Amino acid sequence: MKHFKKLIGPYCFWLFVLTFVPMLLILFYACVEQGTAITTFSFTLDNFAKFFDPVFVAVLVRSFFIGIVTTVICLLIGYPVAYAITKFKESTQTILILLITFPTWINLLMRTYAWISLLSKKGIINSFLASLGLPVFDLLYTDFAVGIGMVYNFLPFMILPIYTVLSKMDHSLLEASNDLGASPMATFRKITLPLSFSGVLTGITMVFLPAISSFIIPKLLGGGQYTLIGSFIETQFITIGNWHFGSAISLILASLVILAMALMHRLEKYADSSVAGEDR
Amino acid sequence: MKKSKKIPSIALISALIFFLYLPLVIMAIFSFNDSTSLSVWEGFSFCWYADLIDNSSMIDAIKVSLSVGIIATFVSVVLGTMTAIGLSKNKKVVRSMLLQANNIPIMNPEIVTAVSLMIFFSFLGMEKGYTTLLLAHIAFCTPVVITNVYPKVKQLDPNLADAAMDLGASPFQALIKVIIPQIKPGIFTGALMSFTMSFDDFIISYFVTGNGVENISIVIYNMTKRTNPSVYALSTIVLVVVLCAVLIGTIVPMMVKKRRRLVRNEQNV
Repeated sequence: MKHFKKLIGPYCFWLFVLTFVPMLLILFYACVEQGTAITTFSFTLDNFAKFFDPVFVAVLVRSFFIGIVTTVICLLIGYPVAYAITKFKESTQTILILLITFPTWINLLMRTYAWISLLSKKGIINSFLASLGLPVFDLLYTDFAVGIGMVYNFLPFMILPIYTVLSKMDHSLLEASNDLGASPMATFRKITLPLSFSGVLTGITMVFLPAISSFIIPKLLGGGQYTLIGSFIETQFITIGNWHFGSAISLILASLVILAMALMHRLEKYADSSVAGEDR
Repeated sequence: MKKSKKIPSIALISALIFFLYLPLVIMAIFSFNDSTSLSVWEGFSFCWYADLIDNSSMIDAIKVSLSVGIIATFVSVVLGTMTAIGLSKNKKVVRSMLLQANNIPIMNPEIVTAVSLMIFFSFLGMEKGYTTLLLAHIAFCTPVVITNVYPKVKQLDPNLADAAMDLGASPFQALIKVIIPQIKPGIFTGALMSFTMSFDDFIISYFVTGNGVENISIVIYNMTKRTNPSVYALSTIVLVVVLCAVLIGTIVPMMVKKRRRLVRNEQNV
């Protein structure tokens, strides 16, 4: 069947031009001295060396920290919710999932901006606390605000993949485990959890990836002074105009993310083989 | 499952839904506030909606978002479907290589894709504007179409197209009349996802556009630079539009189905 073989041609070309060439250009910019023209460039590793300044390392560490914390909180809330949803009638499940996905269809900027009313100094949460005679907090422009904005925006992307896996699970396995005398806790630990692992990993990817490189949530809820790696790259390109250093940071971010993804992939394979091992 | 056992589940899900909808409700309420404050209520007013209508850049942005979304979706659906069909006919090596390469734009942090495209366009000396915006959107939509369509193509019987051609169809006819109808659900999901992604995109658009060409996200971004309840008014409008779309798109078919089932049951009785 050779007729349709050539159909991939245009996309191969497209992928080369709009994905590979731009990535190579980033590499090129990152390795070239600042202020040189394309014709008279000289190679340097200064742009990478600059990154090991404690200030920038701190930005990177903070980004990963926020990304990991967001992912963990989303998982801690998302898994029980996904599990709880599967306990309902099928038509109720559809409606619940619809309710959870609905906010994601509204622009991320809008959803994030909506939190300002709640978190600001004279905002709803503080007025509520004050009316109860409790002390008032500085909520906006803090780690807390950024964290809540992240969890709010990315939580549905954790719930959905876990729910998809849980709802497709073979119920006879649970019944079998029950019949063989396992407690509900043991059944959950030995059957449900391992079988839902792939959904958990998808969820982690879908939350961690955007959380680590987001620059709009820290900008709106963290205030200007709050620098994560995403905002750092933006500043380098838009405000400062140092494309070389910006490229070096982008490259570092991309490699770290690819590394994390590769690690996750390994983990998934390992989990799959251990589940398969138990079947035998 | 017993009713009493369901209580923790109900409590958990209600708490979540409260958390998800609280900001949206507050936003809708304060879009009618008669002051610039986002948190102190000072009376009912439509002033922020009027403000929005006066804002001509808003209308232009809606036009840009819609046209970019539609064109990018169309191009990436054609390109992505072609590629997905072509892939299944290629050798395993080519297939896995292309699929992995296709994952790069999906897995890459959005901001890295954004700056790489920005560098690329400026390297070519292209002026930032509508064309660069559109090209960038096609670039991030096509991989999504492929990931949605390819599994459907894989499920197809590989002899299907051959059979059609044995019966006298040209390859093109076999493609249009036999293969495409079979993979329609994948194409449809891919198209829907492309359009939503394109319509919502901020980061990539922000880096690759210029010369006054703005989509909705960019206009909102510029509006948020100062305290501005107009954003709330706009968001409330979007909220209502999306709500209507969802109601029409999901609830109505569900009701129709239910009614049909009822009618059928009555007939059976």
